[in-house]
Amino acid sequence: MEKGNYRDSVTLMKVSNEVSKLKGVSQAAVLMATPLNKRFLTDAGFKGSEVEKAGPDDLIIAIEAANEEALESPVARVEEMLSSRESMKAEEIRPRSLASAVKVMSDANLALISIPGRFAKREAMNALESGLDVFLFSSNVPREDEVELKEAAKARGLLVMGPDCGTSIINGVVLGFGNVVRRGSVGIVSASGTGIQQVSTLLDGEGLGLSHAIGTGGNDLSEKVGGTTTMEGIRLLEEDEDTRVIVLISKPPGPKTSAKILNAASGSNKPVVVNFLGEGDAGASKQVRAVTLEDAARMASGFVNGKRTGAHPFSVSESRVRSLAQSESSEMSKTQRYIRGLYSGGTLCYESQVVLTPLIGEVFSNAPLKPESRIDDATVSRKNACIDMGSEEFVVGRPHPMIDYSLRKNRLLQEARDPETAVVLLDVVLGYGSNEDPAREIRHTIASAKKLAGAGRRYLSVVASIIGTREDPQDLQKQAKELASVGVVLMPSNAQAARFAALVASRGAVGRKLFGNER
Amino acid sequence: MKGKEPEKRSILKQKLKVINLGIEIFADDLKRQGVEVISVDWQPPAGGDEELLRLLEKLGA
Repeated sequence: MEKGNYRDSVTLMKVSNEVSKLKGVSQAAVLMATPLNKRFLTDAGFKGSEVEKAGPDDLIIAIEAANEEALESPVARVEEMLSSRESMKAEEIRPRSLASAVKVMSDANLALISIPGRFAKREAMNALESGLDVFLFSSNVPREDEVELKEAAKARGLLVMGPDCGTSIINGVVLGFGNVVRRGSVGIVSASGTGIQQVSTLLDGEGLGLSHAIGTGGNDLSEKVGGTTTMEGIRLLEEDEDTRVIVLISKPPGPKTSAKILNAASGSNKPVVVNFLGEGDAGASKQVRAVTLEDAARMASGFVNGKRTGAHPFSVSESRVRSLAQSESSEMSKTQRYIRGLYSGGTLCYESQVVLTPLIGEVFSNAPLKPESRIDDATVSRKNACIDMGSEEFVVGRPHPMIDYSLRKNRLLQEARDPETAVVLLDVVLGYGSNEDPAREIRHTIASAKKLAGAGRRYLSVVASIIGTREDPQDLQKQAKELASVGVVLMPSNAQAARFAALVASRGAVGRKLFGNER
Repeated sequence: MKGKEPEKRSILKQKLKVINLGIEIFADDLKRQGVEVISVDWQPPAGGDEELLRLLEKLGA
């Protein structure tokens, strides 16, 4: 244990992975001693007073090997990797504080902050006081602090994107998690990072692009915060000459904030697509309401192209979808009835519930549509379930599941063992910030999961959507090819993946609701 | 427009120059995009000692 030695969780994951592969090491974990990580260590068999005593700012190096001697070289390797990372950067200037960084880069205009939440307000305030706009990735920042930061920003004419902000794309530059998409005329203001990712990649697939995407942080539209950053974002996009259409994305806000935002939207000088997920109805002439992220992208492209297109449940024909669904369900056993969604994107998890509920009824979740559908224990699925594996209970002190697939891989096998699982539904998010090669990461686990089910005379259907573009570092085509090679059914959007899963799990019965009088 | 708001060029009109505190890959990804970025070697204040930190904050340090 090294007291008060902070390293970010992504760096530590890389060190852990490399050390785990060393000869003689049976398992290894290098991590900050957050309560979640301590539990993880105890579960893995690393016990002792040092683990118990360690606090969230202490670094733990846990390595299991055959004997004391076999530990020496891996421990040395960890030390080397941690210090080499520092020395590697030593040629660069590494200021010790934000204040000295500002002295070195006097024309800096943005601070990107992703330190543990309890320290974030202090640094974000320092940044604002130095005249910097702030992208605040950190989560677990109290609402009062968020309000204070946003008020301070407003008074200075600055923008605080966050806390809990996953994605922004400013002038084509991706901050946090985001995809390489075309430049264009759609501007997005979003409380959801994966919301930006889904809408921007769908637009990109149609040849359209973004002017800017402004992330506001997940709590901006809470009644307490009242949408300060969202309102500022709308104002900035209204003034921006590159933006022709504005898309607003959020889970449904509280009534007061919702009214305020809708009012701003209908008073806008540009068309606004409002996507408060799950909420429909047509609004005023210049403002339309999208129920899903997919609808939002379709409506925005309608405004750009000057022609509106109708909604279709799938991009391909009904007969093709039905026959594909039929072949997925033909070898399922009678016990296999339920859909298990394992999500890295919180908003994608939510969107799936919006899509699934009218088709198959109640969906249990750790981030449910309604409080009564909250799952008792997020680590065990129940009936139809969608789990947000990026939620707090899974990530404190660990990399986000878009980077670290290990929890999702374990969960995938767990679902495969459950005789009631018919379909596992996944999101695979590409782009900056995300895992370098997700398909390689999960390919073998998917194959094993299918085998496991097969051994129990079942057929496990795995349905996924890839949120990405051909220009992303991971390459959409390559990822799609590799996932398809292990039998994953890929759909062009998260909403379509959810619809397809419902079609498979219901053995085609929801087709009537989906296709209605389209026949 | 509201006259009270301070003059500041919108972030949307500027070339980004970034100071990064925390996750290193965010800085690496910005460099890959050709953005100038400087990383702070951030460590928890007061060695992460929460009581000491609260005390320091009270003193306005």
